[in-house]
Amino acid sequence: MAMLSFERKYRVRGGTLIGGDLFDFWIGPFYVGFFGITTIIFAVLGTALILYGAAMGPTWNVWQINIAPPDLSYGLAFAPLMEGGLWQVITICAVGAFSSWALREVEICRKLGIGWHVPIAFSVAIFAYVSLVVIRPLLMGAWGHGFPYGILSHLDWVSNTGYQYLHFHYNPAHMLAITFFFTTTLALSLHGSLILSAVNPAPGETVRTAEHENTFFRDAIGYSVGTLGIHRLGLFLALSAGFWSAVCIIISGPFWTKGWPEWWGWWLDLPIWR
Amino acid sequence: MTHSSCVRSVLALAGIALLIPLTGCERPSADTLQTGFRGTAMVQLETASNTAEKLAANQLPPPTAALPPSGTKASAMYQNVQILGDLDSNEFTQLMLAMTSWVAPKEGCAYCHDAANLADDSKYTKVVARRMIQMTQSINADWSAHVKETGVTCFTCHRGQPVPANIWYSNDGYTPRVAYAGYRAGQNVAADSVALASLPEDPFSPMLRDSGQIRVSSNHPLPAIGKPTPDIKQTENTYGLMMHVSDALGVNCNYCHNSRLFSNWQESTPQRVQAWHGIQMARTLNNEYLEPLKSTLPAERLGPVMADAPKANCTTCHQGAAKPLLGVSMAKDYPSLRSHGTTTAAAPAVDTTPAPPATPAP
Repeated sequence: MAMLSFERKYRVRGGTLIGGDLFDFWIGPFYVGFFGITTIIFAVLGTALILYGAAMGPTWNVWQINIAPPDLSYGLAFAPLMEGGLWQVITICAVGAFSSWALREVEICRKLGIGWHVPIAFSVAIFAYVSLVVIRPLLMGAWGHGFPYGILSHLDWVSNTGYQYLHFHYNPAHMLAITFFFTTTLALSLHGSLILSAVNPAPGETVRTAEHENTFFRDAIGYSVGTLGIHRLGLFLALSAGFWSAVCIIISGPFWTKGWPEWWGWWLDLPIWR
Repeated sequence: MTHSSCVRSVLALAGIALLIPLTGCERPSADTLQTGFRGTAMVQLETASNTAEKLAANQLPPPTAALPPSGTKASAMYQNVQILGDLDSNEFTQLMLAMTSWVAPKEGCAYCHDAANLADDSKYTKVVARRMIQMTQSINADWSAHVKETGVTCFTCHRGQPVPANIWYSNDGYTPRVAYAGYRAGQNVAADSVALASLPEDPFSPMLRDSGQIRVSSNHPLPAIGKPTPDIKQTENTYGLMMHVSDALGVNCNYCHNSRLFSNWQESTPQRVQAWHGIQMARTLNNEYLEPLKSTLPAERLGPVMADAPKANCTTCHQGAAKPLLGVSMAKDYPSLRSHGTTTAAAPAVDTTPAPPATPAP
């Protein structure tokens, strides 16, 4: 097994979240850990249940396989397996697998003595998923408000859910989320191209470094956010995109039931120009 | 002010400013109604306060006492009874009393009638009222595809007011200035008619007065001669009308459509067929009954832009409810409003309404 010279120092037991050294070892390059095992159990079980649901369904066409949540009439109760119960168990498996993966990342961070930025960032993605299939259904009183598991069926759900509020682009949190998604790609493309420009000088020239990169943006726009700053900015933009996505769907239904254009009545009603 | 206290003040102000939009939100109390297969998000949403508002807004007027038949026709009892002459005179009187409570409860009989001579036609309101009775009869007799057995009465629109609260006037007379500068095609005014969207504020003139087609996209890849290719304005008028329909009925798009393919009738709900008939009905009523009253109405009743007659759209009857008056049938107690009256004098042509086609166009 190839291992960098410094890695041997960190590949020792200890620093787990639940204490003890259960599964506290590596298999080849991979750290296992207690939460690695729970990740595998949840992921395998969830995937097997998806395959079971597909087998019980009318099609093996991968685009059309659909495992739908229960009818709204079941509320927050368990539904029979073939009437949405499967969706409920798969959702538990998915939340379990995603959370386990985040906790395994935390344990690796602890062993390495580094910050928890990666698991925290991943948690924002988990939060977005949990918003859709747990938080919003809880607030609206029925698991049936979650999205179905299927490539096309979940897109149809997105479409109809958007049109429940007539015009979803007027959702203010959706506006923020879209803006952050686009700004993330803008920042990443500027950063990626800047780095590549510095390490790809003309033939015969030496590779340039961070000062050249900073100078480029100072010349171009009067300011360079810097080598560390660009990564802080990138993380902020990306997490904001996921965070406001979660907010935009949590407020749709629990906190607003009409068309999103009408929500802006508060703006039209501001006393300064009403 | 030090730098840090300045920053704190700015942050506090920003925090307060961020709270303002929250005043636009609702508390989590949505009632939901599933109308499609589970997981398709074919769902209607309603809050408890909305439901209470709807109930309060749809209170019925006190019923008028039914009188025993007199055995005499109204035409024999009264003069100048042009369309209700075949009614028993007591039934006629009951209808007149009901109309007063529905349309002019404060103003009373004299809102339409010359108190000294009830048969006199000199008040424009009486001429309009007669035409509106004919319109009501036509709606109930010819448009059962839309109003079903529930039917409508004067109260469905008037709700105790001489002029219904929800009428519309044309606003499509805007003339572009030089080279289209400032021409906004009626858009971006956050109009109530399109539920505050940026869509054209008057989708009614093209769609409910003219015979604008409800189309949003072409079903062939390139513009071709002889094939309909909807343009952007037609699309925006369509969406504007649809925003209006949603707003008028207090429902979302999924009430009629599965949004994965709006145009597909097979995947739509049955309500879409009824809505289609409603759109045809509104268009016909506006052209056959309402716009022609322009010459009868005084200037103050005409539109501010085009000086046109007040017209009807979905809100005129529905007023925020999927079924006007929450589905209660008042018309069942007034059989005289449910079929065409007999014309005994020179009145405007009664029935020029074409029967709606059996199958909606795709």
